Amino acid sequence: MSRLSLLLANLLLVLLAAMPARAEDLNDLYFGEALYFAHQGLYFEALERLDTEVLQHKQIDEPELDSLFVHIDDAKFSLGDFELRYRMHHRAGRAIRAVLEGAVDEVVRNDAAYRLARIHFQKQQMEDALLALDRVDGEIPEAIRDDIEFLRANVYLAQGKQLESVDVLKSLKNSDEYSGFASYNLGIAYLQNGQRALAIEQLDRAGQIQTRDASELAIRDKSNLVLGTVLLENGEFERSLPYLNRVRLDGPFSNQALLSAGWAAMSVEDFERAVVPWSILVDREITDSATQEALLALPYAYGKLNIHGRAAIHYGRALDSFGAEIQKLNASVDSIRDGKFLEALVREEIRQNKDWVIRLRTLPETPETYYLMDLLASHDFQTGLQNYLDLADLRRKLLTWGGGFDAYDEIVEIRTGHYEPLLPDVDEQFRKLDSRMRLRVEQHKTLVKRRDDLLTSPRPEFLATPEEQMLLERIAVLEAKAAMNFASNEQTLVRLQRLKGVLSYTLRTEYHARLTEFDKNVRNLDQAMAMVQGEYDEYVRNRQAVTHSFEGYEKPMRRLRAEVEQSVEEIDRLMARQGHLLEVLAIEKLVARRDHLENYGDKARFALADSYDRATQAQARLSETP
Amino acid sequence: MSNLLRNSLLLVLAASPVLVTAQDLSGDNIRSLDGQVQEIKSDVLSIASELNTLEERLLFPSHTQVSLFVSIGQDEEFRLDAVQLEINGELASHHIYSFKELDALQNGGVQKIYTGNLTTGEHQLNVTMIGKLKNGKDFNESGSFVFTKGVKPKALGITLAGPGFGSGGIKVGDW
Repeated sequence: MSRLSLLLANLLLVLLAAMPARAEDLNDLYFGEALYFAHQGLYFEALERLDTEVLQHKQIDEPELDSLFVHIDDAKFSLGDFELRYRMHHRAGRAIRAVLEGAVDEVVRNDAAYRLARIHFQKQQMEDALLALDRVDGEIPEAIRDDIEFLRANVYLAQGKQLESVDVLKSLKNSDEYSGFASYNLGIAYLQNGQRALAIEQLDRAGQIQTRDASELAIRDKSNLVLGTVLLENGEFERSLPYLNRVRLDGPFSNQALLSAGWAAMSVEDFERAVVPWSILVDREITDSATQEALLALPYAYGKLNIHGRAAIHYGRALDSFGAEIQKLNASVDSIRDGKFLEALVREEIRQNKDWVIRLRTLPETPETYYLMDLLASHDFQTGLQNYLDLADLRRKLLTWGGGFDAYDEIVEIRTGHYEPLLPDVDEQFRKLDSRMRLRVEQHKTLVKRRDDLLTSPRPEFLATPEEQMLLERIAVLEAKAAMNFASNEQTLVRLQRLKGVLSYTLRTEYHARLTEFDKNVRNLDQAMAMVQGEYDEYVRNRQAVTHSFEGYEKPMRRLRAEVEQSVEEIDRLMARQGHLLEVLAIEKLVARRDHLENYGDKARFALADSYDRATQAQARLSETP
Repeated sequence: MSNLLRNSLLLVLAASPVLVTAQDLSGDNIRSLDGQVQEIKSDVLSIASELNTLEERLLFPSHTQVSLFVSIGQDEEFRLDAVQLEINGELASHHIYSFKELDALQNGGVQKIYTGNLTTGEHQLNVTMIGKLKNGKDFNESGSFVFTKGVKPKALGITLAGPGFGSGGIKVGDW
């Protein structure tokens, strides 16, 4: 029963918490990486990746160019999901609410409203859950249509609005996913609403569903057990029996059903019939409270049948069993007080198994966890336990990171030691090269401009060779002198003009060829300059990378190291409080069971003596009979 | 002994339908602690994010950073056992998949399998995958690819598919 109690207590949450959707046509690697972790149940890692990715997306100037753009709604939903699964209810919903309030289409908005309602439900904020559900309007995604209604019904039930819940649950009768659960919950809603006849009718129907599904079979058993119990409570003992008998003998509710069936038979004074279920029950798991009660109830039935000898034997057996269990409980309490329970809880290897809580009992010096199953199934204890385990995981992570800081410091130190002596010379050489480079860049720009100018306004003299330029300058000087000297003859001036004409002729006739050559040379220079610029840029990048490889780490590393240390201290404090609370709860539970067993023991002891007396008297009466 | 019957009925009633059974006495304490646990989770997440960024900057500067990601094509039913990557003939990564990891890949997860530093220019990537087909037959497939590393961080996606199913083989592309 215990395992199923746990199952049923968490059933709703399991049903409501949809897995993160498969990222069809995924464009964003880092969203995919977050899903990779989430699908393995590593929600811390998933959150860390996706949170960073969504934050970076928000900071981009043109988000539509980012690969996350097409997935941003899904990513926000997933953030909410991951936060919820990592039990960060305070943060969960923030991202989803943002989607809900954004300009999105109906289907997306309705999906967001449902997810938000689910978060409020899990946070036990029923009014807010209903408000979120009320925002569902228009086209609803087929996949979540029944989920929405099932959630609505459960919110109503949690609010005590049984009538409203009944209406919703009725609409889920034909749901593939929820018909079994809806049928049972409908019965409970009727019951809570005081509609007893309808409740009985509904639970009767839920107790007869044909199914092979394990969870639906469990719900069927539970329906029958609840119905039988309701009738038993109302004094309708005969009527309760068929329902109790419907509960499967190998099902998780069978112990309680067998116990109740025995009491129903006893109540109508059919003692022989009471012996049957109780005889089965006494050979079952001794830690189960129903079994322990049956150990006392069976000899009680034998006593009623006047079989006092057998009753005495069974009372003796009960006393032995209770004594052994009390010892086990005392040892369990001691083990918890010695901290073994918490030590066992955080052991990684035992948590690899899905039934790890039950397997704790197999570890040496750990408490008998079967006695704690009811407690472990309770919502608050589960929250506390999961928090304790999460804290232990966080602590492990922080200690690992803390160990990495020394290595990072060493890397930075080695790099600093290597680069710092080299850099002054390198930088000095670079400065010289840089000034030469700047000069050449300016010269290159001038040449390019001259080429461009020549293309629009030809200036042949600009393309004169150095020799021609010298000649032109010489002619100009001679012309000036000739102009000053009136004695110069006409022939000299004519000769100068002729020489100038020859040069002009050459410059003009060869202008296009020279311009083409000039252009070709400038283009070659362009290529050379581009290559030099590329090398220059690469050097600058590498130089920056060198600086970045050892500078700017000290402060953030020191701060992070302090934050890690503070967080470990805070976690130690929280773990101590949380652990103490879990221990106190577990000890309270075990002590209550021990007190209960001691009470049973007292009764058994008294009844044993009484049975011996009666057996002896009966034996005496038999011997007196002639 | 008549008390036994009454007690028994009380026990039965205690198991009767209730939506949630809470430990009322400890509930407030647990809820208060729960809030503090959520706060520390938030703090540690923020430390993790900052530390990862710093670590990446220190160990894998953006101009030399190369990351390789593995995903499985849609509707692929082969069982991936291991992937081995070689860059320029040197072993870069050899990963053996657990059941959970394989399940995560099959459900659309993308695994960052390698992050390292490479110079700008062309590099050779060899990918080998080992697995089992749906019919139980072992398979081993390799592919050789050339990629160019520029000045920006390089992210390459390796998409795996079982031979004979879908388009098949190993595909490598920029992301």
